[in-house]
Amino acid sequence: MTVINPRRGPRRRHVLEGLAAGAVLVPSARATEAPPAIPSWMQAQGADVNAHPYGQPAAFEAEVVRERMKSRTLTAGASFTPLQHLHGTITPNGLFYERDHGGVPTIGPAAYRLLVDGMVDRPMIFTLSDLKRLPAVSARHFMECSGNSGTEWTKPTGRTVQETHGLLSCSEWTGTKLEIVLGIAGVKPGAGWCVAEGGDAAALDRSIPLEHALKIGAMLAYAQNGEALRPEQGYPVRLVLPGFEGNTNIKWLRHLELRRGPAMSKEETAYYTELLPDGKAEQFNFVMRAKSVITYPSGSQKLDGTGFYEISGLAWSGSGRIKAVDVSVDGGKTWQPATLQGPIEPICLTRFRLPWRWNGGSAVLQSRAVDETGYVQPTLKSLVGQYGLHAHYHNNAIQSWQVETSGDVINVHA
Amino acid sequence: MCTPKWFVFAAFCLAPGLGLAATPQIPARDYDVGTPATDAQMKAWDIIVGPEGRNLPDGSGTPVAGKAIYDQQCAACHGDAGQGGTGPRLVGGIGSLATAKPIKDVGSYWPYATTLFDYIRRAMPFSNPQSLTNDQVYAVSAYILKMNGIIPDDAVMDRRTLPMVEMPNRNGFVSMIGASVVTGK
Repeated sequence: MTVINPRRGPRRRHVLEGLAAGAVLVPSARATEAPPAIPSWMQAQGADVNAHPYGQPAAFEAEVVRERMKSRTLTAGASFTPLQHLHGTITPNGLFYERDHGGVPTIGPAAYRLLVDGMVDRPMIFTLSDLKRLPAVSARHFMECSGNSGTEWTKPTGRTVQETHGLLSCSEWTGTKLEIVLGIAGVKPGAGWCVAEGGDAAALDRSIPLEHALKIGAMLAYAQNGEALRPEQGYPVRLVLPGFEGNTNIKWLRHLELRRGPAMSKEETAYYTELLPDGKAEQFNFVMRAKSVITYPSGSQKLDGTGFYEISGLAWSGSGRIKAVDVSVDGGKTWQPATLQGPIEPICLTRFRLPWRWNGGSAVLQSRAVDETGYVQPTLKSLVGQYGLHAHYHNNAIQSWQVETSGDVINVHA
Repeated sequence: MCTPKWFVFAAFCLAPGLGLAATPQIPARDYDVGTPATDAQMKAWDIIVGPEGRNLPDGSGTPVAGKAIYDQQCAACHGDAGQGGTGPRLVGGIGSLATAKPIKDVGSYWPYATTLFDYIRRAMPFSNPQSLTNDQVYAVSAYILKMNGIIPDDAVMDRRTLPMVEMPNRNGFVSMIGASVVTGK
């Protein structure tokens, strides 16, 4: 009798050396197993140690990419983060969602200048080197476009969580605080707003209430997850306003102008305002309200048979820490508390998990976030009741994923 | 003195709730980092126009002059009559905001005429931003206002008159500063 160590089976050399005559080996049969007992990648030297001086994802992960929004409007450039493929809370830099209104400019570090003027004692120009000399901070914060889930107000439109929620990402940001730069320039009494303007073809600008910007730790960031900002994230410098709608986090930052009141730029009047049913519109609705979404299982995924699955998702709030996430598998009839992955940081993505056994029946999966202010993520019905159907921005409604008896998961409004 | 009826003398005052905010106490920093900006540098750099008209340049334009520029530079994206295309719609929405099919365009939605000058100068034409002269920007702004029936055919838009144009939706916005910031509610 011969005992064949399956880990050594296919290797002829081992067979010949280690096994008694009469042993029956069928390497061809073993080759049909996956992975093979001694795989080919163990039988030859791998790629050179520095084959990719800037590391690349595994070739098998090629489908994990951002997805461009389909729109006929020229100024609607946006690409969405593949949340269904990501784990934990930090978004890889190459997958961080992108929204721009005039393309991505190429700005060299030597050509970069930031002007700080308006109601200041000493108008100043800073180079990138200047900003890097100043005291720095690092902080992990999510960023979300206020147009995220904006197509979901009236009916389910996104097939995947990338399409419904992919204008959401999270990074560790490093830079110098706004208050340091303003402390150098000296802000004059009466200045309550700071207009931040980008150096792109849209010269996109937003007015920021100064007191609130400082309170939330506004930062002039030049690094993201340890490396320089990506061009599409504002290289070399962007404004980071933790918890504020993404559009205010001005990329390619070229100008900070201190003013008494807001500039009423196009992006804070014609856009990024929420039209209500009575014809009035909410303006300067900066803070992203608490929201959550299940990323696994989520739209377009398919459950591989009945049994155990760990439901997993993301929760976040522009107002601080996530306090709790409840999960429902019956369309909101009953709720169970999910486990929150620590550390739970303010204005940062928080991963939640809940064990679940799928019995093969139809199920509707939902998650509901509660933040430290006590704010509870609303249902779509409640949100529509408050804002009507034409607000477009700030849709933070509970998302529903229907699991069909086939195992297919689809986006529904439940 | 003859004053056109579309002038509003208080136009530069902000609508209630949209204006002033407290100046926070910011510790002075003596790092000796950065370079003082000269007046010439600031003037060349600054393209921000506020609702009060600050930083509007010299120059002027009329709807008639604006139509010629619009037809050549703007119509391909925004439509011959401002009806929209690959660029947003510019006219036709006045009175629609509270209906089931609201149209948010310059005439129906934009609260300040100064925003037109500011935005056209900084970002338009889409394929060639900051290529128009100040006179051309005034003229295109005038034409878009005229298409919306907000100013008459013979109105001249300049640094004095533009901030005084009364936009139909001037008081259509509710500031959420006090309510939303910090708490998120």
